[in-house]
Amino acid sequence: MFDIDRWQEIWITITHNKSRSVLTAFGVFWGMLMLVLMVGAGNALSKGISSQIEGFATNSCFFASERTTLPYKGFRKGRRWDMTNSDLPVIREKVKELQYISPVLFAGGNDKNVVRGEKNGSYLVKGCYPEYDLIEKSKMLYGRYVNDIDIAEKRKVCVIGERIYEVLFQKGEDPTGKQIRVNGIYFQVIGVARSTSGVSIGGQTAETVVLPFSTMQQAFNQGNIIHFLAATAKDEVPVKVVQDKISEVLKQQHQIAPDDKEALFTMNIEEQFKMFNYLGIGIAALIWIVGLGTLFAGAIGVSNIMLVTVRERTREIGIRRALGATPRDIIGQILSESIVLTLLAGLTGIVVGVGLLRATGIVLSQGDQFFKDPQISFGMAVGSLFILLVIGTFAGYLPAQRAMTIKPVEAIAEE
Amino acid sequence: MIHIRQLHKSYHTEALPLHVLKGISLDIEAGEYVAVTGASGSGKSTLLNILGILDTYDAGDYHLNGTLIKNLSERQAAGYRNEMIGFVFQSFNLINFKNALENVALPLYYKKVSRKKRNIIAMEHLDKMGLKDWAHHMPNELSGGQKQRVAIARAMISNPKVILADEPTGALDSKTTEEVMEVLTSLNREGITTIIVTHEKSVSDATNRIIHLKDGMIEYETRKNNGVHDTIQPVHNQSV
Repeated sequence: MFDIDRWQEIWITITHNKSRSVLTAFGVFWGMLMLVLMVGAGNALSKGISSQIEGFATNSCFFASERTTLPYKGFRKGRRWDMTNSDLPVIREKVKELQYISPVLFAGGNDKNVVRGEKNGSYLVKGCYPEYDLIEKSKMLYGRYVNDIDIAEKRKVCVIGERIYEVLFQKGEDPTGKQIRVNGIYFQVIGVARSTSGVSIGGQTAETVVLPFSTMQQAFNQGNIIHFLAATAKDEVPVKVVQDKISEVLKQQHQIAPDDKEALFTMNIEEQFKMFNYLGIGIAALIWIVGLGTLFAGAIGVSNIMLVTVRERTREIGIRRALGATPRDIIGQILSESIVLTLLAGLTGIVVGVGLLRATGIVLSQGDQFFKDPQISFGMAVGSLFILLVIGTFAGYLPAQRAMTIKPVEAIAEE
Repeated sequence: MIHIRQLHKSYHTEALPLHVLKGISLDIEAGEYVAVTGASGSGKSTLLNILGILDTYDAGDYHLNGTLIKNLSERQAAGYRNEMIGFVFQSFNLINFKNALENVALPLYYKKVSRKKRNIIAMEHLDKMGLKDWAHHMPNELSGGQKQRVAIARAMISNPKVILADEPTGALDSKTTEEVMEVLTSLNREGITTIIVTHEKSVSDATNRIIHLKDGMIEYETRKNNGVHDTIQPVHNQSV
């Protein structure tokens, strides 16, 4: 089976029948290339989507106040209301399933509201608790995030986004300890944050200044109001439970009709993530269906060419048999030829496909985040090549076997 | 060398079974130079195919070099063909994507002779045929006579006991026919049993014994005496 002579014989047959070999090989090559490209593109889509949501707590829910739409306890409908600091201890006490909670205040990106010396820009300002970093995780490029002491002492410190750092500071300059002016008030920079997720609340992390929540309330005269509330559920608790309980508490606290669906805006990100997950599963299923179809089509192609090949080679087979080739020699030879061809073509297909994916990945790496790092796994490549080989061999075996039933004398007589 | 008793062969076509060989008995000794002649349809090619174990027969016995050739597996048949028989065909039957040397060496490949060794032997045989300079040419670059000499070299390479030639000169002009016959004759002089199916008188006259078939039976035999063929009436009783 493995002596060099046999492979030389096979190689001569393959190389001396170029057009036939190329035709067979092209079918396999094309099937393999398509499969690799499709699986790679699908993987990239899945990866792109999951990279958008990774780094964001999937068990989180959010709340914001809206106008009431029902009259309740003597209050008219259409009333404005705000969440307040006093809601937080009540929520903590009544909602045992709560893991983290952070109130959020927003201040607009007025024209050139963030200034350092002669450099400036317009950015979102957000007041948060340290817990907020556990809900929307950020990577600290410099320094640290807001901590409990910042909150307690209402320190005038801030965490700036990566983009703000690039605008206000020299490349490589350590910004920590430096002062910047935000909406007219000076704050000391304590850290630079980079988003780890494509999802963020209010605006992109890179273009947001984060202040301690308590500092922001006081510095910008917001009293005790909260614009926005972010919370997560404990592990194993569906976030829906926490969402419903917090809603109930907030409505009680602020005399809102329990059945007023409009007064409190609330969103549960777990449901959004579920949708993403289904999307991912859908894409994967599509890839497999189409991929296996392509592979199957490739195998049919191989088997077709094999049939034609064996038919075309009847005479050659007859001559070989007259010269002393056993049926096993012949079947072995035809199968080996198809195996060598399939392997070569399949490998070429994989290499070209992976190369194309790599090139696409490099081109796209700057741009669209929804299509990330298109590639296939090594196991997938080897596995599909193996499947192709098995199907191709099996498909080739039948015509080869049939060729053996023709007597040498009939094969030779055939013109 | 070859002993045949009451050989019968029919082809089963859709219409009627065609009784091609109707009880042929024949003995050919080692070193004989035999021509099988007869009109087309007389069964001469069928007889040759059976002798070459390319085809099977329905009844009778066939001994080749002391071995009964009957109910062989494909594997055994291939082995005997490879060891004992060299074929020469009318249409040469060279493999067209292999060069002359590779074609000649092919039987040794199935004998598991190493590539290097079989190419050396193949070159010797080509040299013997005066085709050393053509060793690396493809069949379509060779003339008819050259192709047939390549085919003869291929038939000879495994040192067969018998050379079976089916109309070896059928596709050749008279001059090349002469050349090819000289080659076959000289091989026979070296002691190889040679059987040629032909309908050309010049070819059959070159041999030492003519077996003439008619309608699946031996009609007559002649042997060469002092360079001339005389007619011998059928020696074997033929049951119809």
